[in-house]
Amino acid sequence: MSLDVLQAGPMTSIQDHGRHAHKRFGVPAAGAMDRPALDLANALCGNAPEAAALEFTGLGGTFRAGADMLCAVTGGECQITVEGKTVPSYESFRVSAGDTLRIGALRGAVWGYMAVAGGIDVPQVLGARATHLRFALGGIDGRPLAAGDTLPVGEAEPGIGLRPREVPAPASAELPIRIVAGPQDDYFDADTLALLTSAVFTVSPQRDRMAMALDGQELRAAQGHDIVSDGIVPGAIQVPASGRPMVLMADAQTTGGYPKIATVASVDLPRLAQLPTGATFRFELVSRDRAEDLAIAERARLREVLAGLIPAGRAALSSEFLLSCNLAGGVADPAAVMGDLE
Amino acid sequence: MNSGTTPENGATDDHSGAVRILPVGDTAMTVQFGEVVDEEVNRRVIALAEALRSAAPDGLLETVPTYRSLLVSYDPEILRGAALERHLHGLLDGLDTGAAPGRLWRVPVVYGGAAGLDLEELAEAKGMSPEALIKMHSDAEYRVYMIGFAPGFTYLGGLPEALHTPRLSTPRLDIPAGAIGIGGQQASINSVAGPSGWRFIGQTPWRAFDPDRAEPFLFAAGDRVRFVPVTEDEARAFASPRPEQENLS
Repeated sequence: MSLDVLQAGPMTSIQDHGRHAHKRFGVPAAGAMDRPALDLANALCGNAPEAAALEFTGLGGTFRAGADMLCAVTGGECQITVEGKTVPSYESFRVSAGDTLRIGALRGAVWGYMAVAGGIDVPQVLGARATHLRFALGGIDGRPLAAGDTLPVGEAEPGIGLRPREVPAPASAELPIRIVAGPQDDYFDADTLALLTSAVFTVSPQRDRMAMALDGQELRAAQGHDIVSDGIVPGAIQVPASGRPMVLMADAQTTGGYPKIATVASVDLPRLAQLPTGATFRFELVSRDRAEDLAIAERARLREVLAGLIPAGRAALSSEFLLSCNLAGGVADPAAVMGDLE
Repeated sequence: MNSGTTPENGATDDHSGAVRILPVGDTAMTVQFGEVVDEEVNRRVIALAEALRSAAPDGLLETVPTYRSLLVSYDPEILRGAALERHLHGLLDGLDTGAAPGRLWRVPVVYGGAAGLDLEELAEAKGMSPEALIKMHSDAEYRVYMIGFAPGFTYLGGLPEALHTPRLSTPRLDIPAGAIGIGGQQASINSVAGPSGWRFIGQTPWRAFDPDRAEPFLFAAGDRVRFVPVTEDEARAFASPRPEQENLS
């Protein structure tokens, strides 16, 4: 099976859970900016969470299906059409061989995901299919998709359309983004550390898969802005000599020479990634133990969401449809067809 | 405010104070042995990475050795940070840095040429002939302190002081893979083409990183490197990369 790219969005790339065995050799993780959204898109198509899918920002692109396939788009509400007919986000839908599929624009979110049953089946590079743009690893020659690409799609059992019980709420800047102090918080004086949690920060337009620059409050490192390089994780809040904080994201390098005042709690990193440019928010300091508790609880909640998917097609719950059920005589209880009617 | 903790036994190093374990969010921590570029500090970083490899608790994901610290990633659903910290303290108590020396690589280098574009200017600035600079660079033994910045990018310590050279204020855009660099007191073997503010004096035909090779990465932190001057013809004929001596540890 395959999917032809007729038109690609400005930044549509193949992503999965990323590379996690080669950081000691300088290989960044890459992978989805919003992993829960990727996992949901995959689950809606019956894929394993780590299957590769398309990540896009703004517009996803226009595609032609090479075979009948089941697709789903998550990350945010998105305009999607199949042969000109609108289909919903957060719900798997069927595309027939030869159909044209348009993805975009995404609303109220930054990173969208389109999964296809069977997964995008490009070869693994260093254990993952995720694209790292700067080092040209994975995906299609390590680059964003372009018109004319043909994406191989894995074989899949014919699945049914699914949706979650509740559509995930858009990322909100109302709640603070939680952080754990360190590793170099002692490079900053008490006043600066207080500013970190009292100031209002703004998501600047300088953002990509490597980092998000924050405006609103410059931070000065009393001990200087150069350290002997040490290890980095996505979520690290690095403060270079300009004083402008940078939150490192999925494509971040493995090592760096700027002090890192704090690290975004893993539970809140996908939410930060999805905040629109110009959004304002605060940081809230939590202990490492608390951040771990939050991560554990969030993963349990997400597993529950994936385990509780219900058949899609609520839109078809019309009297005509119910009548057809009765006429067919096979199914008397619409809930058995539709799943949860809440 | 100090987010680090020190081991109960007060383990210290002679170079820059106590070992500290610093939180890196809820999925990693940094074991910091010092804040300087120092061979003994780096030896302890590598020793801890080795000790963790042979005594890896469930939930330990991966480690990243750097000049002076070891980043340790974990899955908090399986291994809580507090438990990992206790495990690390136990390993630090009995840390053996007397392990066998790392693998020795003799790396062929064509000095000068298009990739070694700074050779002549650098020699002139140092008041020596290009030949003398090449001899000084290739007589030294280097230590791979860490792999970082880019896949396979090899940071080397052991550059003779006479060759220390500040970085350029404006990076050059297209330095090729295999370029042999000098940045401040450090030396490098560049692994991927890209921009760099370092000075470059030659190029090795070896590729420190090749994702299509059975062993994608040649060098690892703790290895030793010596450079062997070769002609372009010799470089073409040079055997495929392998270390001269396997690590016996």
